[in-house]
This record gives sequence, structure tokens and C-alpha cells, in this order.
Amino acid sequence: MTAETKFPVNQNEITSFSKDREEPQWLTDLRVSSLEKAEVLELPKPDKTNISKWDFSTKNFEANVQDDMSEAVKGLIGEADKAQMLMAQKNGVTLFQKLSPELEEKGVIFTDIQTAVKEHSDLVQKYFMQEAVTPDENKLTAEHAALLNGGTFIYVPKNVEVEIPIQAVYTQAGNFGLYNHVLVVAEANSSVTYIENYISEDAAEGAIANIVAEVYAADNATVHFGAVDNLAKEVTTYVNRRGQVTGKDAKVYWALGQMNYGDTVSENTTYLVGEGSYADTKTVAIGRGKQTQNFTTNVVHFGKHSDGQILKHGVMKDEATSIFNGTSKIEHGATKSNGEQTERVLMLSEKARGDANPILLIDEDDVTAGHAASVGKIDPLQMFYLMSRGISKKEAERLIIHGFLAPVVNEIPIESVKDQLIEVIERKVL
Amino acid sequence: MTRPSLKVEDLRVSIEGKEILKGFGIEVKGGEIHAIMGPNGTGKSTLASALMGHPKFEVTEGKASIDGEDLFEMEVDERARAGLFLAMQYPSEISGVTNADFIRSAINANREEGDEISLMKFIRKMDEKMGTLEMDDSFQHRYLNEGFSGGEKKRNEILQLMMLQPRIAILDEIDSGLDIDALKVVSKGINEMRSDDFGCLIITHYQRLLNYIKPDFVHVMMQGRIVKSGGPELAERLEAEGYDWIKEELGIEDETVGQE
Repeated sequence: MTAETKFPVNQNEITSFSKDREEPQWLTDLRVSSLEKAEVLELPKPDKTNISKWDFSTKNFEANVQDDMSEAVKGLIGEADKAQMLMAQKNGVTLFQKLSPELEEKGVIFTDIQTAVKEHSDLVQKYFMQEAVTPDENKLTAEHAALLNGGTFIYVPKNVEVEIPIQAVYTQAGNFGLYNHVLVVAEANSSVTYIENYISEDAAEGAIANIVAEVYAADNATVHFGAVDNLAKEVTTYVNRRGQVTGKDAKVYWALGQMNYGDTVSENTTYLVGEGSYADTKTVAIGRGKQTQNFTTNVVHFGKHSDGQILKHGVMKDEATSIFNGTSKIEHGATKSNGEQTERVLMLSEKARGDANPILLIDEDDVTAGHAASVGKIDPLQMFYLMSRGISKKEAERLIIHGFLAPVVNEIPIESVKDQLIEVIERKVL
Repeated sequence: MTRPSLKVEDLRVSIEGKEILKGFGIEVKGGEIHAIMGPNGTGKSTLASALMGHPKFEVTEGKASIDGEDLFEMEVDERARAGLFLAMQYPSEISGVTNADFIRSAINANREEGDEISLMKFIRKMDEKMGTLEMDDSFQHRYLNEGFSGGEKKRNEILQLMMLQPRIAILDEIDSGLDIDALKVVSKGINEMRSDDFGCLIITHYQRLLNYIKPDFVHVMMQGRIVKSGGPELAERLEAEGYDWIKEELGIEDETVGQE
């Protein structure tokens, strides 16, 4: 048992923080009640990684940000003026946001969470940490609700198809504790693509990122959610991205590039509630240095004819340790459902540790399910083949690693972000 | 530039402690096509793999050089850049790497930095060679050998040969698993390569391929070494009479390695 850590932020601080942000009463109340929970709840327990000694607490959650965009941010978004749908935040403070006027006319909402809770209070309240993720799950979800200080709200009304991808760049700077919340609501027959980048600037010891994303998809809605996490090694990260796929025939596609340099515990869960609902979750991760990471992906089937696909590829080098857990859970009554998962880990060094744990939990007879997992080194025969064409050892390894990660990288829907992910991979793996 | 030359002398190679090649020698020069024939299990593929530097094979004795440079002092990629090419019997499949990206990387690996092949030039060359080999355009963008049939893999090996234009090529049973039409197409590709700047060593156990690619020299391998050499007429006699007459002539009971 770890020492009972008194939460470093008290109720008065939370209340006045909420008041300063002119938040509606429901959110102030939620913060206060969550703060109480944060003091009693335990840390989440990701399978096979002990995080009980990880320090997720910080006092430093109130941002003091100059209104400037770093070169790194500019590189990610290209020319901001030309972007049609863009959000850039630093330590939770919005530096830039833009929504195309046509979409605004159609009722699409794309704004930072601070504005959203004021201008669309009822709508946000209806979804915010209600179903997909709730404050009472564990210490970190409770802290998240209590200290929420950044994020984005995206709302797509019925029958609206947002064709241009929505991009968001979140910068964590210094030793700041970022409590970033992304809420995506896709109403019936709507579609949207959202892609986010997390980057660090001058990261300092003690920095934390507590990230929650909730995706709600109604009947026949389609949501593509892409992410490139690239936080610095000083940042301890909890990231929980969940999909509540309640609609009939609704679909959620995840493409997650998890490239953090610091200790990271990540959960990505999709609840397939609607009949015929679909989840496709693709993850790539790289571990290097001495970082410890845990990537858990779950798809939970409630709806009949629901289909969940999990694909995770990880590359481990140096002394990095990573656990790749995957669970396909088919609940009783989810007849004709299908759950498939594949986890593959490529080890580049003797001292790296990687483990892939595919789990099928099936409480219904009339279903199909399958899993595959492997942990291995680069195949020497593949190396021989590539090198026999004159390609150097280093370049051959690079090709094999890129090839290994391609199934996920190729799913990133914005070219500039895909290129950036490739660049991040290059830098991290080579 | 001088004519290419591959020279192998008294080569001995083992795999997992078992000696497969037992004193093999040959010299292949630019403009020449040599065929190495022989029944299964006589060390033909071992020769090909060992010369390229396959990690499983251990060279215990002997010499091999390309254009006078010691092959066994070189890493696999250096051997390739020195001009050696091996069309493999069982090429690896590499997921996520497209055929075009791979071949372009290989071409550029053989060129100086800053002198990379232009995209236009590459595409033109690729289109041309794929045309010769009657390969569908989609093969450019498919992952390297992944899901290719046996015959498609062989064509892809010859495509690489034509794209990379090595000085010396070893073709390891490039004809196995090919139907007659595919065999003709592949042969056409190889014949296009014929010049004084290109030497070729074809490993096969069927004479069939040699109907389409006329060899200058034919060698028979048994028990890990060349036991008989001759011209194209030797291949024809082997086709007609099999290998028994050679065994009889040389007093060999079992031609496979390790049976003497």
C-alpha cells in the first residue's frame, strides 16, 4: 500500500478556479464532488503493469500562458490561416481556433471546452463524463473531472457530414499538469474525422498529462478518431480514450500513434451498444530509453451483430518495457457478434521487455472471435533479403520497422499528420 | 570498366556443422551464362546462399571474389553494391513495404548520396521492365512479396534483377513452379540482360529453362562440388538420359552430399 497521499489541491482552490472560468454550477459541483472521490479512490490497475508508485499528482494545473505559437505547433498545423478546422492549445489555453462558417451554419460545434461549457452548457452536461468515462471509476478519472483545464468539444448534428478533418494540437509546457478533455458527439447519420496531436515544450520533471476523450456515436454515425501522442520523457501520462457507440450501425475508427517518451498508461475502450455497431481500433507504439508503458485496448460488445477489430503493433528498443493488453468482451445477448484482435511486438534490443496479452471473454454462444499475438525480433531472413539488394543494415531495419507499423500509420487520415507521425517514428526508433 | 568476374575457389561451406560444399570452384565472366545442374541435395542452393552471405551458412574454407574483391570480407549489402545479385528461391515477404518503395531504396543504395534516381526516371524504368515481364501495374504498390504466388515471386525477383542491373547474377531455381508461359516471360527478361557487362550463374535441375536461355557453359554438381563441365550439349544429354550415366562414369553411388 502506498502512503495515503493527500490531494495537493483543496476544495476552495477548485471552486475559485471554476468561478474564474465562469463555469456553470453543474460543473463546479462536479469538480467538487470529484475532488472528494479523488481522495478516496485508488489508481487504475492496468493488467501486468504496477503503477502504484507513479506520481500523477500536481498542484500546477492553472495555466499562465503567453499567447504565442511555437515553431513545433506551426509545423503541425501548416499555415493556420489556410486551415479550415483547427484548434491549438497550450497548457489548456486556446491559442487559435477556427471553424469553417459553412459548418457553423449547419450547427456543427467545434470549440474549446472552456467556451463549450458556457455556451452549450446543457449539451456538454448531457455527455461530459456521463457514460463513456465517469469520475467515480478511479483516482485519475476523478482527478480529471476535478482539475479539467483544457480540451475541445465537437458536436455534429443529425445528417451532417463533416468532410474536412478537424485537427487539434495540444501543447503541454514546463511542469504543468494538463487535464485535457475531448468530447466528440456525433448525432444520427452524421460523420466526422478528428485528429489530435499532443506535444511537449520545455517539459520539466513533475509534469503530468491526464487525458480523457469521449466519443459518442448515434445511429449510423461514423467517427474517425486519430491521435499522435508525442509527450516528452518528463511527462507521466494517463490517457483514456473511449467510445460509446450507442447507435444502430454506428462506427468508430481509432488510429492511435502512441509515441510518448515518458511513462504512459493508456486505455482505449469502445462499447458497442448499438445493433450492428462497429469498432476498428488500430494502435502503434514505440518504447525507448527506460520508459514503462501499458497499452490496454478493449472492445465490449452488447449489441447484436456488433463487430470489433483490434490491431496493435509495438516496437521496443533500449530498456523500454511495454505491455500490450487487448480484450474483446462479448456480453450475453450480443448474438452474431464478431471480435478479432492482433497484437504484435517487435523487439530491437535484448534488454527491452514487451508482452502481448490478447484476451477473449465471451458470454454468448452464437458469436465468432479470434486472436493472434506475437513477440519477436526482426527476422534475419528479411534482413538478408533486403541487404542482398544493397540496402544497408540500418536502412533495412528502418524499412522493416516502417512496414511493421504501416497498417496503423496508413490509417491516419490527414497527410501532414501522417508525415509527422512517420517523422516521430523515425526519430524515436532510429 | 573491365568485364565483370566472379571467381570461386575450393569453397567449403557448412550448415549447422554439416559440410555441404566440399571444394567448389568456378569462374563466371561478363558476357557468359553458366548453368549449374544437378539432382536435389547436391549443394546447388547452398552455393548461391553462401556467396550472397546467408546468415545460416558458414564458409569454412576457400575463396570467392567479385572483380578481384574478396566477397567474404564484405557484409551482405556490400556484396550487392559490389555488383552481386541473387534471385532467391524463396524470397522473404515484407509486410508494409511496397514493392516500388523497396526497389527504389535498393537502386538508391547502389548510387551515391545526392545522385538518387529521379522519381520520373524510376517510374519509367519500372513501367518498362514490368511490361517486359508482363506484370500487372498493381505489383508496384503491393507489399513486397506478400501474398504473391510462387510464380509472381519469381517474376518479382527478375524485375529486381532488371531494375538493379548487377554485374553478376546468381539465379537460384528461378524456373521452379513456373508454367511454360511464365518461364518464357522470365527468360525474355534474363536474355535482355545479356551483355559483356553481365555474367550469370543459373542454378536449375531442369534442362527446360535452358531451352530459352542458352548457356555458354554447363556444370553438373554432385556431392558438393562440380563433377563435370561442358557446353550446352551437356544439358541436352542430361535431359535425354538423366544423371545416372555421370554417376556411373565417376563411380558415384549416391550423389547427395555426405554420402561419398
